Amino acid sequence: MDFELSTDQVELAEGIRALLAGELPLETLRTFEGAENVVGADVWSSLAATGVFTFLVPEADGGLGLGLKEAMVVAEEFGRALLPGPVISTMAAAPDFAPAAEGAGVAIVDLTAPNSAAPLLIEHPRSIEWVLVLPSTDDATGEVRVVDAASLDLTLVDEPLDPLTPMATLARPLAGGAPLEGANAVALRQRTMILLAATQVGNATATTELAVAYAKERQQFDRPIGSFQAIKHLLADSLCRAELARSALWAAAVMLDDSEVAAVEADTLSTSPAAVTWRAIAGAKSLADEAAITNARTAIQVYGGMGFTWEVPLHLYLKRARVASSTLGNRTQMNDLISALI
Amino acid sequence: MDLRYTPEEERFRHELRSWLTQALPTLPPKPDATDWPGRRAYDSNWQRMLFDAGYAGVDWPVEGGGRGASPVEQLIFKEECERIGAPYVGVGFVGLLHAGPTIIAEGTHEQRERFLPPILKGEEIWCQGFSEPGSGSDLASLRTKAVRDGDDYVISGSKIWTSHAEVADYCEMLVRTGPEDSRHRGITWLIVPMDTPGIEIRPLTTMGGSTEFAELFLDDVRVPVANRVGDENDGWRVTMVTLSFERGTGFVGELLESMRILRSLTEFAKRTGSWGDPAIRRRIGSLTASFDALWALTKRNVSEAARNGVPGVGGVVFKLSYSEQGQALAELGMDLLDRAGLAASELDGADGLGPLPNAELVDNWIKSIPLTIAAGTSQIQRNIVAERVLGLPKEPK
Repeated sequence: MDFELSTDQVELAEGIRALLAGELPLETLRTFEGAENVVGADVWSSLAATGVFTFLVPEADGGLGLGLKEAMVVAEEFGRALLPGPVISTMAAAPDFAPAAEGAGVAIVDLTAPNSAAPLLIEHPRSIEWVLVLPSTDDATGEVRVVDAASLDLTLVDEPLDPLTPMATLARPLAGGAPLEGANAVALRQRTMILLAATQVGNATATTELAVAYAKERQQFDRPIGSFQAIKHLLADSLCRAELARSALWAAAVMLDDSEVAAVEADTLSTSPAAVTWRAIAGAKSLADEAAITNARTAIQVYGGMGFTWEVPLHLYLKRARVASSTLGNRTQMNDLISALI
Repeated sequence: MDLRYTPEEERFRHELRSWLTQALPTLPPKPDATDWPGRRAYDSNWQRMLFDAGYAGVDWPVEGGGRGASPVEQLIFKEECERIGAPYVGVGFVGLLHAGPTIIAEGTHEQRERFLPPILKGEEIWCQGFSEPGSGSDLASLRTKAVRDGDDYVISGSKIWTSHAEVADYCEMLVRTGPEDSRHRGITWLIVPMDTPGIEIRPLTTMGGSTEFAELFLDDVRVPVANRVGDENDGWRVTMVTLSFERGTGFVGELLESMRILRSLTEFAKRTGSWGDPAIRRRIGSLTASFDALWALTKRNVSEAARNGVPGVGGVVFKLSYSEQGQALAELGMDLLDRAGLAASELDGADGLGPLPNAELVDNWIKSIPLTIAAGTSQIQRNIVAERVLGLPKEPK
């Protein structure tokens, strides 16, 4: 057992971090706030050139054939850098859907939404070419459908919550398209959830680091505010939330990558490998959403009034945390899912 | 990033499990919690059984007489012991987890020869005299004084939170040998025989009604200078060295016990109808996620210790998070019991509650309360995380 990042994984994370810092630093990213298409063609092609969309595609199919663990490490960096765009859904779709592996933007739409009367929401409508539709849990066929985005009647949302995540509404029902041959809806959903949770852990870590740096500099009462225990304790709790979520995330990714680990765990808990895997993924998503939302709020609190301004970027992290948490199930839904599995 | 155990680790687990399976049925009945001589006899017997089977001091280095197991094997040892319901370390706690490792690291050859084997065999019991009524979180302010007189130190003062004092043979004690205001620089680590004249023991009753620890009053207690571990005034460093023995497995038994209680609580909620309440289901779902994550964090910490010798940041993160989740679990248990928790001694099992009797849930609730106080309060732990991990500035003195 060696449940730590390998040297290769650390280097992978550092490489992606350096690439994003060079290509898309926050100052650049912020110039796209409110734009219809926040990921320019050049950034998208730089990303494609790194091979990130073929990460999970087997080598036999021309991909890099890396595991979910490696994709997770990369997704954490995406979350940390607030990388916008349908990157996660495109990465997750690639093993089942060749155009995604070739860099065509893909959105994933989940029909299992608690409020099925409301219109569907599609992220990054101007950056996607395809929509993969995940069946609702009561759909007996359980098929993933692929729909040409150009065929959809999308209405752009004027002011999406996250200025870096453009949204479109789409009237229900989302019919049409073709079944995606060879795709497994459960597997697609699970790996997307892991990657989303990884972006949340990256987001939670970034806001903790920003707040710590600010607390060291900001002076009040003739001393850095970070020397006050009231501030220290807030930030210590942020670190704990991020590390706990990261631990859950790693365990879930290993279980998805290595069925033997899931089998041993299932044996210990007298349940099925499928149930322990779902439980681990739901736990990771629940804790990662919690960490991202609460750590961003904590960072805003540490910044005080400035944290509430548009200028300070913390609101972007908080809003992005809300985008990811409401995708494929939020904390409440995850905790319900876990309780249904035990 | 791998969660598979190696064939060697699996072999260790298999051998241990076989031994535990045949050893446990030979244990005598558990003594009452208030029967201290009985508890000492029971725990010492278990320690002797571990010793004879080669499992005493699993985490001790071979040169100290231990097994020198790897961090992962230490994890497996605790996991298997908890899963099968083996006794805890009990009254051997201070000797095996603290005093012994200190003597291994800092004691003289003679001290090691004299004191280590009886700890491993369960023959001698140790207690700890660190905290004082006036020195809790600020341990370096301790005032119990030791004055050199020929070949002896003469100790006067008082100590508090001394677990198992009534049945202990020796006390690992921190005393002030430097000037009053010398703080970390004027502390010495001494081995104090508990039968030395001048030691008075006053048991403290906890809010649970048991006497888990005591206050010690020391009045001209004479201890040979040969009982000093490390140099005079170097006791703070000696104490800190012991902390480096931690391999990320410190709370594994407690964590796995909490996870067992959570599973039983889930069954309990299903049997009693509370499961129909979505708020209860969500609390259980959320606790399950947190405890699963703490188990994963434990494996990270152990892996870190295997790589670098110490568990790193994760150790203190674990302590803080586990303490809070343990208390949340305990509160859920009391909520589920509701009024039955008010008279657990009368109603225990009366409503057919099955394998988790009322009394155990109430006991778990009481035990959860010091989680955020003992071994460093959560407030001190947060200061440590903030200053040593996040690098935030210290408070001005």
